[in-house]
Amino acid sequence: MDLQTVLILAQDGLTNGAIYLLLAVALILVFGVTRIVLIPQGEFVSYGALTLASLQLGVMPGTVWLLLIMASIAAVMETFRLVSSEAVRQLPVTLATILIPPAAIALLAKMCIPLHLALGWQVLLTMLIVTPIGPLVYRVAFRPLADATVLVLLIAAVAVHFVLVGLGLLFFGAEGVRTPPFSDAHLTLGTLSVSGQSLWVYAASFILISLLAWFFSRTLYGKALRAVAFNRNGARLVGISPHLAGTYSFALAAAIGCLSGVMIAPITTVYYDSGFLIGLKGFIGAIVGGMASYPIAAAGALMVGILESYSSFWLSGYKDVIVFAAIIPILLWRSLMSVHYEEEE
Amino acid sequence: MIRRGGFMLFLTLLALLPLFSSYYITMGSYIGLYSIVSLGLVLLTGVARLTSFGQAAFMGVAAYTTAILTVKFGCSPWLTLLIAMALTTAIAFLLGAITLRMGGHYLPLATIAWGISLYFLFGTVPALGGSTGISDVSALTFFGRELRDEKLFYYLIWIVCLATLWVSTNLLDSREGRAIRALRGGVSMVESFGASGHRLKNIVFIYSALLACLAGWLYAHMMRFVNPSPFGLSQGIEFLFMIVIGGPFSLWGAIAGAAVITLLKTLLQGILPKLISQTGNFEIIVFGIMTVMVLQWLKGGIWSLVEHRLPPKPAKPVNDTSSLAQRVQPARRESLLKVDGVTKAYGGLLAVKKMSFELSAGEIVGLIGPNGAGKSTMFNLISGELPLTSGKIHFGTENISSLRSPQIARRGLSRTFQHVRLIPGMTVLENVMIGSYLRTRDGLLAAGLRLNQATENQVRAEAARQLRRVGLADSMLIHAGNLSLGKQRIVEIARALCADPLLLLLDEPAAGLRYLEKQELATLLSELREQGLSVLIVEHDMEFLMNLVDRIVVMEFGEKLAEGLPCDIRSNPAVLEAYLGGV
Repeated sequence: MDLQTVLILAQDGLTNGAIYLLLAVALILVFGVTRIVLIPQGEFVSYGALTLASLQLGVMPGTVWLLLIMASIAAVMETFRLVSSEAVRQLPVTLATILIPPAAIALLAKMCIPLHLALGWQVLLTMLIVTPIGPLVYRVAFRPLADATVLVLLIAAVAVHFVLVGLGLLFFGAEGVRTPPFSDAHLTLGTLSVSGQSLWVYAASFILISLLAWFFSRTLYGKALRAVAFNRNGARLVGISPHLAGTYSFALAAAIGCLSGVMIAPITTVYYDSGFLIGLKGFIGAIVGGMASYPIAAAGALMVGILESYSSFWLSGYKDVIVFAAIIPILLWRSLMSVHYEEEE
Repeated sequence: MIRRGGFMLFLTLLALLPLFSSYYITMGSYIGLYSIVSLGLVLLTGVARLTSFGQAAFMGVAAYTTAILTVKFGCSPWLTLLIAMALTTAIAFLLGAITLRMGGHYLPLATIAWGISLYFLFGTVPALGGSTGISDVSALTFFGRELRDEKLFYYLIWIVCLATLWVSTNLLDSREGRAIRALRGGVSMVESFGASGHRLKNIVFIYSALLACLAGWLYAHMMRFVNPSPFGLSQGIEFLFMIVIGGPFSLWGAIAGAAVITLLKTLLQGILPKLISQTGNFEIIVFGIMTVMVLQWLKGGIWSLVEHRLPPKPAKPVNDTSSLAQRVQPARRESLLKVDGVTKAYGGLLAVKKMSFELSAGEIVGLIGPNGAGKSTMFNLISGELPLTSGKIHFGTENISSLRSPQIARRGLSRTFQHVRLIPGMTVLENVMIGSYLRTRDGLLAAGLRLNQATENQVRAEAARQLRRVGLADSMLIHAGNLSLGKQRIVEIARALCADPLLLLLDEPAAGLRYLEKQELATLLSELREQGLSVLIVEHDMEFLMNLVDRIVVMEFGEKLAEGLPCDIRSNPAVLEAYLGGV
């Protein structure tokens, strides 16, 4: 293998690794704040890519219907909850906050689709459509289980994954999509040519991570989320609602997933179920970081990307076998590192 | 009667089903196979509170092992069963060994990853037949006759299924099984009676993997063909849905879930594509929604609806006398526990600083101090739950400073917990039986085959004896969760006594008790002292201790503040200062 190949593979690996890194960050965030192992993270990736592809074809994306359906279910559940807790007076405001934004987004999508907007605007619209699905998933599936054990939440997460994959097939069909790259430019460094899309991915990951770092260290909401992740009961006592924190963390996870999908769709063909494997690779990164440390998880995610890239060169058929089998040495390492740990439920 | 009648009806239905049509035979065979896998998953998820998405992958390991060895090497299927079981045990042991010491979500995540990895491996390796799989797997032979008839295979599957149900029931109702059920109360509780939590979890995981292995082996010889698709992650997840929907807390829930999901899947695969006019496995949407709904509204699954309507299981008879060997209590005044310069540091914080005190056989010593004085830390250092930073603890003449709680329990130290750790769904008697873990030796094999009844009777009699000793003979068959807090604390003491301890450690036994309950507790402890037992009580209720204990050790800020007779401590100015903030 010559130097050229080494560099090209490294570039590929880092591009995918940057995506896994974003997903790993979202997974750690959600796990810290809600104790939910967000198996359905990958579905937001698929939804992002497929929604953008639909918009480019000038078709109403199925995710808009999903958004409206989820909002309706959430509205029904919220009505039941408020009526049974005799807080009917809060009902109009609550229903409005649940129903109006999705309806407005659907309307906006309907108006924008015939205009064939530029790619940038379409990406923005995609984000607007997919991001609210996150909090709605939290509201419908997880909020009623807020006091359940990690195990129950994990099983619920897998169930939600099944539902979202099935709905992905229902709304988008079994066809894969590939969207045009954000830029056709190539950066030539000596003999190495870096694709414009890779540069976009690096830049977007970097900006997003910086934004998240700023959000968590400088803003009140960011600090509140960190407080919940650190100590749920303590945060509750100082007036931070765990439900609100859950809602925000799911919104962030959905936004990050959607953006990852939008960025990866020009690099690889995305099917309704592709997101799952992509999300799981983010998980391997998160596990390297013990589902807690952002920097170690980031390094782990980049490592997964690079491992995948090189193993696809040497043993292309065994790429995924190798990447997922890597979890065994990783867990062994973590197990040896960890002090005796007991879970008290 | 209803239970027995229902079971007979179930057996009759099973026996008659193949007479109707071959469709029922196929469905029945699948339900039987999936029930075997689900039984293991109930033990893992509902009982031990762990879970796995990799059960289909374990089926795959067995199916592929037997397919390759019988087709390419002409091995006997009975030999390949043994090989597949050995292989499964090794894999499950490895996965368990590297994940079970960490948080509970690592095992399922590891099983997801290895399940996917294995699935791709099946589909890629040319020697495993790639995605087309391996055909012409040999048929099972019984005494030279090949088992090719699907009706006979149906009966074979259900015989195996009912046998695994019987073995699993027996396992749960045994020494190791009670310890596994007690894992719900926290690993430290089980370990304080001498069991190793890590080992118990590994046992359950390996057992559940072996049941999946058995099902995979049967599957390969039933289909006589293997390919990767039935062993993918989706199938692994579906097994989990079966037990959640069927009922994760009961072995019958496994069978109910396997039946419901299998029948529903066939039904939905017929209806949904027509409804949506598109092909695809849309039933996963329905299963996902059902699972979330069951988790939110019907935690016990479908089977809990049946269970509620059934009369309670008849209680087993309790013998009057138990002949379990008992320790000889040491002579009075002999030194039993010696804490010598013990320090526990968390980073720069010294939770316990150079603590020293002694306890002689036959006395009750109270360890008191204001909140945050380090009493509970001291307690956990003695019981072995926390490692010491420096210093020595002697129990009798032996240095136990570096031992962990199961080993310390083995030497005759038994404890209760500040926050009561009984298993609410088990009867008081069963809870107390957990205490006797170290006093009998029955292994898993004897338990599974029900060869342990003689010792089980003794253990039951011993637990009953301890309950009579603490005055709770009447509550024996009540579920522990239905008792008042005061009585629950007494049950904890009975459970600790059931371990036949030399020294009883009580962690704030009077916390949350009413006045009369405290008095009863004090009377009980005095009686135990009369019988020669030594007791160390950690408490902050001075009044409770004053008329009960022989000596008091007072802690403040991790250090010993005073030590002496209760009457001296009561008037010690330093103690008054610490408790009342100056006089």
